[in-house]
Amino acid sequence: MMKTAAQNLIIIEPKKGWTTIDLKEIWKYRELLYFLTKRDIKVRYKQTVLGGLWAIIQPVFTMVVFTLFFGRLAKVPSDGIPYPIFVYAGILPWTYFANAISASGNSLVGSANLIKKVYFPRLIIPASASLAGMLDFFIAMLVLGGLMGYYHFLPGIALLLFPVLVVLTFVCAVGVGLWLSALNVEYRDIRYAIPFLIQLWMFISPVIYPVSMVGEKYQWLLALNPMGGVITAFRASLLGHQPIDWFLLILSAVIIVLLFLSGVFYFERMEKTFADIV
Amino acid sequence: MTEPVIKAENLSKQYRLGATQGYKTFREAIANATKALFRNFGKSNPQSAIRNPQSDTIWALKDVSFEVKQGEVIGIIGRNGAGKSTLLKILSKITKPTSGRVELKGRVGSLLEVGTGFHPELTGHENIYLYGAILGMDRWEVTRKFDEIVAFAGLEKFVDTPVKRYSSGMCMRLAFAVAAHLEPEILLVDEVLAVGDVAFQKKCLGKMGNIAEEGRTVLFVSHNMGALSAMCQKGLLIEQGQIVYNGEVKSAIEQYFKRLESRSHLELSKRQDRKGSGACRFTRLTFEDESGQPLNTFRSGQSVRVVLDYESNYNSNLHAVKAAISIDHHLYGEIFYCDSLTTGDLIHEIPSNGRLVCTVDSLPLIPGSYSKSVFLKVGSQIVDWITGAATISVEEDDLYGTGKLPTRGIVLLPSYSWSTVEN
Repeated sequence: MMKTAAQNLIIIEPKKGWTTIDLKEIWKYRELLYFLTKRDIKVRYKQTVLGGLWAIIQPVFTMVVFTLFFGRLAKVPSDGIPYPIFVYAGILPWTYFANAISASGNSLVGSANLIKKVYFPRLIIPASASLAGMLDFFIAMLVLGGLMGYYHFLPGIALLLFPVLVVLTFVCAVGVGLWLSALNVEYRDIRYAIPFLIQLWMFISPVIYPVSMVGEKYQWLLALNPMGGVITAFRASLLGHQPIDWFLLILSAVIIVLLFLSGVFYFERMEKTFADIV
Repeated sequence: MTEPVIKAENLSKQYRLGATQGYKTFREAIANATKALFRNFGKSNPQSAIRNPQSDTIWALKDVSFEVKQGEVIGIIGRNGAGKSTLLKILSKITKPTSGRVELKGRVGSLLEVGTGFHPELTGHENIYLYGAILGMDRWEVTRKFDEIVAFAGLEKFVDTPVKRYSSGMCMRLAFAVAAHLEPEILLVDEVLAVGDVAFQKKCLGKMGNIAEEGRTVLFVSHNMGALSAMCQKGLLIEQGQIVYNGEVKSAIEQYFKRLESRSHLELSKRQDRKGSGACRFTRLTFEDESGQPLNTFRSGQSVRVVLDYESNYNSNLHAVKAAISIDHHLYGEIFYCDSLTTGDLIHEIPSNGRLVCTVDSLPLIPGSYSKSVFLKVGSQIVDWITGAATISVEEDDLYGTGKLPTRGIVLLPSYSWSTVEN
């Protein structure tokens, strides 16, 4: 039966400048987030021979190459643990993050048709693009489990922090993805800047080298890169080879939250023009 | 219930045109920012800072106000580019109005383009859920209506086939079936019946009729006047972004044709947007049929005479004239170009003042909207050139006596036939 009309009054008015986020509206469309994420996951490895194996092949081969060049040849230190497991534990969150910001950064432009023809909170598009990569991340985690068994690593109590770190990585990816996707609608330069950004960002993140390699005086600079604290803590929580650097982690978390909130507000500000300019 | 469920007040929508339309690059943004900075420092000429807003913007809708009561079925009529789709986009919250306000009471379902959001790699089954979610249905609602949706689309055998293997008609059927089961209180439909076979079109119209009978409100954009007059009680005629008629659907359709008719004569003498030396100018453009009667509407395959009155400030006859007409489609660009030089006409002298007639035996245009440009050259000099001198709207006609027109291609062959030859 139809609801009474008064319950559903919708007012459409021009809105300028900064607007508040309609959380109720986003909640109403949570099903769409689920189905778009499911779509991205299902479609990802359709018509491939290796399918989900790709989620493992990519980080494993990266690990092998990095171990050879950075671990063996360049003798990059690894906080006293075997380089393969050190670098793999860094590649995991990094690969997820890089894929997520790349996918969500291009997501709005890629969904131009949808945006021009159907209404729904646009935030769902970059959010689902970031969420879809989670499955690959967890598949690749299995290999880390194997490596930990092989090298006899047993995670300690710090493992409890692991879910928090996954959420932080996700929030960071969404925050960056919101900025990039909204900017990309107006400035197509972003499409070309994203791969470049990811490449540079990896080198300023402690993926292939430990934070300890950077002089103590400059370590706080690494913390300004939110992925720096997250990756370091990620390694420490799983491998337990060193205590969690709380200062670094909390600083990163604060920056991630700021990045996310500013991303949401910028996105909401631009949202109303997407259909006209995408 | 007499309370209006849709109340629009002074709705306007402005779009940017030209170079600034669409996306910018950083370079432009930085250049603009730098310019703005210098302007603020210099404060020399504030006027130059403001670009003429008239030249690069267009009002797709201007001060549109109307009310719709619950259970009404309203047809929105107008030529292409009149602002119909913009209106539906605003009502469905896809784009914000530049000014004005709308109040909507109830859940809004919109069907502006069938099947956007389908993913080709997913099966019909998966796409039903995905498309349902896009339209704002929840999982349980889709599950509950799933069998009904599939049956309505007639795709029981293909539910587990990826949509990329579907024909375009099958896609359309599936999408309409999902949307039709959305059960919104207000349904907005844009030209969805333009594709699909006749049987399915009938089914869709029937379904929309049912929706209306259940007391829901429907706003329906279409060029199919038959469907409009059968389904709607009221019509909203939009022209150049403004409502020019709001009332009974039959009168709205009448008005629509009358206004097309008034376009058969076009004064060109006052047009400013022209190129050329101006030594000779087109003053008037008239469309006639083969018997010389002014033409109101164009139909595919019709014969048309384009009559161009011209004046010149030459005292003697004009020599070495080249006159040309070109027809442009907004998507495909120039469709054809008829100039007098290729046919060897007008090669001898023509009077300094008079009229030129271009006769087209059979208009090979599929239904749609086209723009017409006129061009005149005397000797080596371009004397007059008006791009977009007229917009013509071509309507469907039963050209082949079968009630059908080709659904593909950008022009149509007015005359052809198929036959068999025995071996």
